[in-house]
Amino acid sequence: MADDQLSRVFAALADPTRRDMLARLAVGDATVGELANPYDVSVQAVSKHIKVLADAGLVSQSKDAQRRPCHLEADVFDLMTKWIERYRQQAQERFERLDDVLAIMRGDTQHTDHLHLDSPHLDSPHLDSPHLEQGAAS
Amino acid sequence: MTSTSNRYQVSIEADPTLPIIHIVRDFDATPSELMLAHTDPALFARWVGPDKMETEILDWDATTGGRWRYVARRDGMEFGFHGCFHEVGDAHIVQTFTFDGQPDGVALETLRFEDLGNGRTRLHAQSLVDTFEGRDQWLASGMETGLDEGYGKLDALVAELR
Repeated sequence: MADDQLSRVFAALADPTRRDMLARLAVGDATVGELANPYDVSVQAVSKHIKVLADAGLVSQSKDAQRRPCHLEADVFDLMTKWIERYRQQAQERFERLDDVLAIMRGDTQHTDHLHLDSPHLDSPHLDSPHLEQGAAS
Repeated sequence: MTSTSNRYQVSIEADPTLPIIHIVRDFDATPSELMLAHTDPALFARWVGPDKMETEILDWDATTGGRWRYVARRDGMEFGFHGCFHEVGDAHIVQTFTFDGQPDGVALETLRFEDLGNGRTRLHAQSLVDTFEGRDQWLASGMETGLDEGYGKLDALVAELR
């Protein structure tokens, strides 16, 4: 299920060592031994981290090759990027509504002309706020 | 639709070393106008959004030590949010933010309005949450804005991944 996948990705990314390992794998494939080198941890501990990353779909390990290098699954990172992009888009929409409110506060008719065409939420009864007049007058 | 190309674009960054979201956005307004739009409840309710949702302010005291509470409603669904105004200055706000559905979670939000001159202001906002997991879930869920819609898109993205 989608929720399970999400939870595993978030849990995997919550750990700073695992994020470091992903950053290392972004440069190129590496074996568990190579990944363990920079850290003061055992190969076993690194293997555990790799298992968490693999369960989340962030990393794959080749089954055939003897060295079994770990490989970063970039698709999952594209997914993370899209999540942030969606959040960004929502923030952008919020700030564009704020732009519109600020334009009305200034009595900027050039900006407000189109608002009634594409922003029905601006027809809210809050327009007669006394603070709004105060804002427009300043 | 209004083209977004002639609007200032928001920049969002998830800090790699701390569970913080950084937000930067310019406005054609003065810092005091932006402060008013953030502290006047009637003005705030009009833009906090999201689109298609109606925001009702239930409690609002935008002064240092004050508090706020509002609900966003759509199609019989209701999402409540509350927090405290820790500090309200001339050009900055420090406040907390909690989604009622996750009462143990709290974000510490700092908003700073940098005067760029010529009637322009740059908003620097940051939200500090408890954990990376909480931060990333927050980014992914879009909990501030229509959860159902968000999960629909998320499902599609996860499907795309397969």
